[in-house]
Amino acid sequence: MAKPTKPPKPEELVKIDYNPPEKPWMEVPVEFKPGTFCYGTRPKYLEEVGLPNPREWSPTDDDWKLPSDWKDTVINGIGERLKKYRSFQLFMDICVRCGACADKCHFFIGSGDPKNMPVLRAELMRSVYRKYFSLGGKLLGNLAGARELTFDVFKEWWYYFYQCTECRRCSVFCPYGIDTAEITMMARELFNLLGCNTDWIAGPVANCYRKGNHLGLEPHTITSNIEFMLDDIEEITGIKIEPTFNRKGAEILFVTPSGDLFGDPGTYTCMGYLMLFHELGLDYTWSTYASEGGNFGFFTSMEMAKRLNYKIYAEAKRLGVKWILGGECGHMWRVVHQYMDTWNGPADFLEEPVSPITGTKFENAKTTKMVHIAEFTADLIRHGKLKLDPSRNDHLKVTYHDSCNTSRGMGILEEPRYILKNVCNHFHEMPEDTIREKTFCCGSGTGLNAGENMELRMRGGFPRANAVKHVRDSHGVNMLANICAIDRATLSALMQYWVPDVEVCGVHELLGNALVMTGEKERETDLRLEPLPGKEEDEDV
Amino acid sequence: MYDAGKILIGLIIFLAFATYPFYSNMGKAVAKPEPKLDTPVIQKMEVKKCVESKEFMRAEHMQLLNQWRDAALRRGERLYKASDGRTIQISFQNQCLKCHSNKKKFCDECHSYAAVKPYCWDCHFAPKEAKR
Amino acid sequence: MGALLSFFVVIVLVLIALVGVKGAGLYALFGIVIPYAAVTTFILGVILRVIKWSRSPVPFHIPTTCGQEKSLPWIKYNKLESPAGTLGVIGRMALEVLFFRSLFRNLKTELRDGPKLVYGSNKWLWLAGLAFHWSFLIVLIRHLRFFTHPVPAFVNMIDSLDGFLQIGSPHLLMTGVVLLLAVTYLFLRRVFIPQVRYISLPADYLPLFLIIGIATSGILMRYFYKVDIIKVKELTLGLATLNPEVPAGIGVIFYVHLFLISSLFAYFPFSKLMHMGGVFLSPTRNLANNSRMKRHVNPWNYPVKVHTYEEYEEEFRDKMKNAGIPVEKE
Repeated sequence: MAKPTKPPKPEELVKIDYNPPEKPWMEVPVEFKPGTFCYGTRPKYLEEVGLPNPREWSPTDDDWKLPSDWKDTVINGIGERLKKYRSFQLFMDICVRCGACADKCHFFIGSGDPKNMPVLRAELMRSVYRKYFSLGGKLLGNLAGARELTFDVFKEWWYYFYQCTECRRCSVFCPYGIDTAEITMMARELFNLLGCNTDWIAGPVANCYRKGNHLGLEPHTITSNIEFMLDDIEEITGIKIEPTFNRKGAEILFVTPSGDLFGDPGTYTCMGYLMLFHELGLDYTWSTYASEGGNFGFFTSMEMAKRLNYKIYAEAKRLGVKWILGGECGHMWRVVHQYMDTWNGPADFLEEPVSPITGTKFENAKTTKMVHIAEFTADLIRHGKLKLDPSRNDHLKVTYHDSCNTSRGMGILEEPRYILKNVCNHFHEMPEDTIREKTFCCGSGTGLNAGENMELRMRGGFPRANAVKHVRDSHGVNMLANICAIDRATLSALMQYWVPDVEVCGVHELLGNALVMTGEKERETDLRLEPLPGKEEDEDV
Repeated sequence: MYDAGKILIGLIIFLAFATYPFYSNMGKAVAKPEPKLDTPVIQKMEVKKCVESKEFMRAEHMQLLNQWRDAALRRGERLYKASDGRTIQISFQNQCLKCHSNKKKFCDECHSYAAVKPYCWDCHFAPKEAKR
Repeated sequence: MGALLSFFVVIVLVLIALVGVKGAGLYALFGIVIPYAAVTTFILGVILRVIKWSRSPVPFHIPTTCGQEKSLPWIKYNKLESPAGTLGVIGRMALEVLFFRSLFRNLKTELRDGPKLVYGSNKWLWLAGLAFHWSFLIVLIRHLRFFTHPVPAFVNMIDSLDGFLQIGSPHLLMTGVVLLLAVTYLFLRRVFIPQVRYISLPADYLPLFLIIGIATSGILMRYFYKVDIIKVKELTLGLATLNPEVPAGIGVIFYVHLFLISSLFAYFPFSKLMHMGGVFLSPTRNLANNSRMKRHVNPWNYPVKVHTYEEYEEEFRDKMKNAGIPVEKE
């Protein structure tokens, strides 16, 4: 494996040429530029979950060690998926190439590579679809925009379908709602028929399958990680919290992405949850088996996604809880909101979620029986059940990043904003065309948050970072809040690169700061153990 | 989820639109228009000839009438040089309607067939036709 | 390249009609057989294509949400951009189909010094698209006067509204001009915007040239090289009443017009023009954002291999016990 290359300096990277080359795109061969793609998966990860064609390979190899009938596998794979997904069949047929999507993709904006225009990314697949599945393409070939599936085409697919974060921004602007995410998902399923996942996706999948979470945290590691956080909480508030794990008979099962259990700033968000639940006296439990809300299977295949997602309902059933509460995460909520019930439901062993504190019935979750923590917390604040001191966040000027999946695959826009406005005094929105349904991806979603593709990530995250820079310059914003574990990890790197003085946090970290807990001592620091405003002097001693 | 019912309804609506011309005319016999030239004035004419040739008049009469209107009413020119060299007095009432005094059997015959509503009669009186 | 090729194809189509009618005198072929064949292909082709689509299920509930979900009662949710029920979906689809809601959102992204990304409003495509589709629809409806007798009142009304400026005689019909201008704009942007040119296929230019040809021949026929409209209607009404006949003496330009339309109709079901039907079926638009309220069933959902809790506990039992985590089997 090649060593990760450092991305060029921002001044260099931003010299972007948006003019397409002279040559027609079908004649421009794919070039694997260092820093813009991920490593191929190691065989052990595929073996652990029983996916085909495990072997050592690298995308830069001339020989990817594909089985000899790989072409048939792909063509048959396309045919099968056309029959299974109306979205795929339709989106192969009805694009008029109006180009409205072209400059909506963060990867195109950040790279200028025309094959990163959503329409052209889809055409990479459509051209092959026409050749094998349409009369015009069969008869007229190139004239009808059709081309043979060759190994070079397959490599091109691999390169560009791992440069799409399934963020759905193109789909917002498409007059027919064509969603490139649907096409990327199909492409990635095809790669996985041939063992061509990336290492960064296949690893978490294998971990999650066997150990329950992407990071591969074993049960005792989860409890000890949380104990570290509890120690910090005790130091900050003087309150000792004792959460439970795998407890049968709890009212609520809490599931959050494992990113919140490991590494900051995710852990600060997790401390926020712990403090909130303690203050409420919530009858809930963590699970070490269903210890992952996220789902890298979703970036592999629908089947793999379902296999990983299975644990959540299974564990809820085993523990006999009434309903499930979910932490802050992006694609986890796309999966929970739009897929979980269909895959692994009906969850008839659970009850319609009711907040034990306010009595609010979460009617919007009455069949899936899983509530987003922002919905849960917003309801608490609305009913005046939390004592909040927003001045404890006065050292922060906060803006809010809508995650792709929660905004365009769920529509949770107001709840996090409502919480933020109640827990901090300085909140500023980024420009209108970069938030809510028009939000920009962090540039590293769908398992692209690896280390070896840093240039790609910085390019893809450029539009988001640029909008943050705008509010930093105009309002002095220094904190980028969000409700996504991948964001918390990737935006930190993105900010360091583009807007170095802005930090990243989860919404519930700021809630944890502001939450006035019963019996707490006077707080000197925030959850990051940094002095609160007005308490700085003590530090100088 | 197939939504077959909804798609079927959609297809029926499509079919209803696409085949409208076929079923809306079903069972209707439509007589071809036959504009009549049998007015007394025409019958008395030795050379039965309009301002221009029959073919020209069929295709271009509306344009000619428009030119006549503009010439007479806007520029005050009252003479029209026909292509065969005749000079003709421009007047809708006294030239055109003198011969074609049968609006219903002449003008309307085609106009209603082709669903054309000329605005001649916004200003001009229609000739009085003898009732049969 | 694609543009030239498509232009050439349309020129050949025009020549075929000219030679076929004027040279070979194949009136019945161009006046009756081809139009019938084209309309049949159009209707059956569209239906079969939609049926083909409908045989693929919508396995998952995947609306693209463009606004606040329906959640807590005191949070205003966006009924049109993130509808929770059928009525909202109908509204959203109506906005999409009738007014091109999504295209209205269009932005132009520009990278300026700083670096600074600027997003400007960019409604030209929306405007031209809307003008094009609506005038095409009105032109189509107006043409019903050739296919019905007596002509229904709504057709007459649309016709007189369309010509209310009363310019010239026959009246100038605005939609014909708007159609031609809009379709010309759509062509020019395809040629002059580098990214759009880069993605354009011959199949993108062909319908544009066909429609330009149809509109131009129609306008020429109405205002400049007039044909005997009564005979035209005899022919078209004959087609509609299934009593086809070809009256002698209709100018050849009419047959060019008719042949180009026939080509467009026959081409329609096999082309991207099927977006007409497809827009209604798009699962990112026609589903309500209610997937946590109402269970969506996947007809091909199948059991998968999973890692059960028992297997998990088997592997980690000792570690769990040491960490004080309850287990099923001691």
